[in-house]
Amino acid sequence: MSIASTSVIQIIPRTRRGVELLLLVIAIAVSVGAYVNIGITVQDKVPASTGYYAAGIGLLALIAHLALRYRAPYADPVLLPCAVLLNGLGVAMIHRIDLGLAIVAEARGRVPKAAAAPQQITWTAVGIVLFLVVILVIRDHRRLQAFTYTAGLAGLVLLVLPLIPGLGVNLNGARIWIRLAGMSFQPGEFAKICLVVFFAGYLVVKRDVLTLAGHRFLGLDLPRARDLGPIGIAWVVSLGVLVFESDLGSSLLFFGLFLFLLYVSTERAGWLIIGGLLFAGGAFFAYTTFGHVHRRVTDWLDPWAIDGGQVKLGLMGQAWGGILGRGLGQGHPEATLYAQSDMIISSFAEELGLTGLIAILLVYMLIIERGLRTALGCRDIFGKLIATGLAMSFALQVFVIVGGVTGLIPLTGLATPFMALGGTSLVANWAIIALLLRISDQARRPQTPAAPVSDDTIAMAVQKQ
Amino acid sequence: MNSAIRRLAVAAIILLLALMANSTYLQAFRSNEINGRNDNNRVRDSQFSVNRGPILIGSTPVAQSKEVDDRFKYQRTYASGQVYAPVTGFYSYLFGRGGLELTMNSELNGSDPSMAFRRIIDVISNRPQQGGSLTLTLNAAAQQAAYKGLGSKTGAVVAIEPKTGRILAMASRPSYDPNQLASHDNESVAAAWKSLNADKDKPLSNRAVQELYPPGSTFKLVTMAAALSSGKYTPETQVASPAELPLPQTTVPLVNEDGKNCGGSNNATLTVALRYSCNTAFGTVGMALGPDALREQAAKFGFGARPLAELPSVATSRFPGDPNEPQTAQSAIGQFDVQATPLQMAMVAAGIANKGEVMKPYLVQNVKTPDLKTVSETKPESLHQAVTPEVASQLTAMMVDVVANGTGKPGAIGGVQVAGKTGTAQTAKDRPPFAWFTAFAPADDPQVAVAVLIEKADVARDDVAGGRLAAPIAKQVMEAVLGR
Repeated sequence: MSIASTSVIQIIPRTRRGVELLLLVIAIAVSVGAYVNIGITVQDKVPASTGYYAAGIGLLALIAHLALRYRAPYADPVLLPCAVLLNGLGVAMIHRIDLGLAIVAEARGRVPKAAAAPQQITWTAVGIVLFLVVILVIRDHRRLQAFTYTAGLAGLVLLVLPLIPGLGVNLNGARIWIRLAGMSFQPGEFAKICLVVFFAGYLVVKRDVLTLAGHRFLGLDLPRARDLGPIGIAWVVSLGVLVFESDLGSSLLFFGLFLFLLYVSTERAGWLIIGGLLFAGGAFFAYTTFGHVHRRVTDWLDPWAIDGGQVKLGLMGQAWGGILGRGLGQGHPEATLYAQSDMIISSFAEELGLTGLIAILLVYMLIIERGLRTALGCRDIFGKLIATGLAMSFALQVFVIVGGVTGLIPLTGLATPFMALGGTSLVANWAIIALLLRISDQARRPQTPAAPVSDDTIAMAVQKQ
Repeated sequence: MNSAIRRLAVAAIILLLALMANSTYLQAFRSNEINGRNDNNRVRDSQFSVNRGPILIGSTPVAQSKEVDDRFKYQRTYASGQVYAPVTGFYSYLFGRGGLELTMNSELNGSDPSMAFRRIIDVISNRPQQGGSLTLTLNAAAQQAAYKGLGSKTGAVVAIEPKTGRILAMASRPSYDPNQLASHDNESVAAAWKSLNADKDKPLSNRAVQELYPPGSTFKLVTMAAALSSGKYTPETQVASPAELPLPQTTVPLVNEDGKNCGGSNNATLTVALRYSCNTAFGTVGMALGPDALREQAAKFGFGARPLAELPSVATSRFPGDPNEPQTAQSAIGQFDVQATPLQMAMVAAGIANKGEVMKPYLVQNVKTPDLKTVSETKPESLHQAVTPEVASQLTAMMVDVVANGTGKPGAIGGVQVAGKTGTAQTAKDRPPFAWFTAFAPADDPQVAVAVLIEKADVARDDVAGGRLAAPIAKQVMEAVLGR
């Protein structure tokens, strides 16, 4: 084995819940500050809903924090504050765009649409409830391994749901929504979690055969042709999502996740190369075959050609934001299509500028890297793979959606985690954070019951892989 | 496994760094280009909400932004809008900008690099962006006199301070009310815009600088300047001035306006020729000098170059490229393809008045920040020495004679020596000729040079003459400047 894998990982068994509380207070202060700032700038007064907003975000964060103290005291202290900060800022921006849209509607003599921010707060509450369920019910993530194939099946069913006539709805060209009892859901968001559990459970069992059998070619360890089955299936399924649901982003996400987990479990770069080639092939096939993919690419290559195009309007917003931003409440994010959902990053870039955007990206980076850190510290392979998959799902989503909005890559409709308007995505992301925290609790917990810790006697858990 | 996870961690960082790098390129380096796009409604909206600086005459605003309670926060208003519209232009959400509102936009909205320091302070102290103010060179009394003088006639007036090139008056009729276009009521703005554009009298056009006209006999000043500068002529030189001058290569002779010879002489002096504006005498001189000499002289007065960069779509006056002999004779009297703006003819008079030195005309005296710090101050600038001071004083004496004894009598002001020249330019057979008058006063210490053009007036065709129609307006403008 390589040198890196024999290195020693030190885990300091302190709970760090106090640090988490402090970070939470900061995250809530920043969010509420943004909310008040928006009210003062746009309406010249502290918004009447500030109390509702502050109490909502604060209370939810506090409950989550207490649940961790109670059931996962060794969990990573940074993840929850990061998620609260992004969620809080997201609601504030959605509220700000509500106000902007209302002003525009009024100027045109139309009735403004219902405000979206209260809806998002409600979904935040649902998300925290699911967070609590995960933390309180799943006491040990390893027990999820028993549900490997159940999760796989559930994932597939969730993926297929929108295709069922009468249940699925076409929205903005993609068929990724289902409507049930007057509410809309995006089942793909939960399919993501199920599939990560499935991939992890599957690879725990199959990694040996995938790792050991194979031959070297041009310095690469390539798998045997008959072991290519899993990656082939993942490729076909992701193409299916792309073809039947026109969901470029999810298709990329599922395939990418499987590839990453395959790579981590086998440590064979050959899989990445094969996967990369398959992805390139699939992308080219989609580009030449499907109108909507082609359109995304042409819109990316020349966003200025289309009048009133989503990307173009977003780029104008970002350019208008410049380095320091217009200031919260002082831009025109509502001038961009889907400013609250797909394009929320562009709205932040407009009002908080490049500076604010980079700060937000750094928070995402923290979540991703703390998630991967959890994977490194986790003692079981199944947990490692799940943590890697969940952390990388954030990385992929952020890269794909922010890259699309900022014009780095073609735009695909993925939700910006925690920030974009949309209940299902928010709730699913809270479940993901809960799972990561659950695994990190396991990873950081001392293997023998910890003695009371003082500063000069730091107990260390040493783990060898 | 851990080494693979570490590699993924590095890969994730690289992905996010790529996003940051791309956004930095977009927001720090490409933002100006994207903000400047015409289809950028966001920037237009925001600029429309800026407290735009006023346009001032002295300390009186002719255009200013007033706070209002709608989505744009500020309403642009124009005092005496019709009078100043050719200069201020308009500021419309739907149809963009015109006049100084267009050309001085960055100064007026405060985004100009010259105000960058102040803008940084505004950002730090969280004050909204505020625009700078323009102080114009216009003289309110002269501007009012010009506008009132034109009355219901179609035409334009330009007055210049000869020593500096400051524009004292610039009026154009028919005019329009910029307030109509600056309204926040998009429907009424669209309706006003439509009717203004449909109007065949082109009220949106600034006739003082944007339209070209044959200058007619006022161009004889240029011909005369070329003659005197050539050294072959003096004011007393006699030239052929019959009632009809046969032109080579054509059967159509050049005739005098009244069909007679020049002041009773077939060989008039140049002074007499100018006094009675004899076409045949100037045709003779023009053909003798040749087109190149005329063109060079015209260029020295500003023909062929675009004057007044401060306003948009300013037309370039021209002398024809390669006229043959009869065309040269026609050109020498400001016909054929000679084209000039009223501003250009005012520059000719101002150049003669300023001892032969033509000053660069300008409209904006200075630009100031909202806290009244001067950002820029326009300094008088010389364009060309069009004629020597000697020739200039000869021309002045001849022009004084025109007003005292000749066609320019209606331009005379009691107690002040006025130097002037009339013009009546033929155009198509079926439309009335254009009436011109250009002058300056007082002749011995010129304070103001003026050019008046009447394109259309409700008078009988035979009554159209520069002296009768245009000179009284020039007189009123000069009186206003001189304070009489």
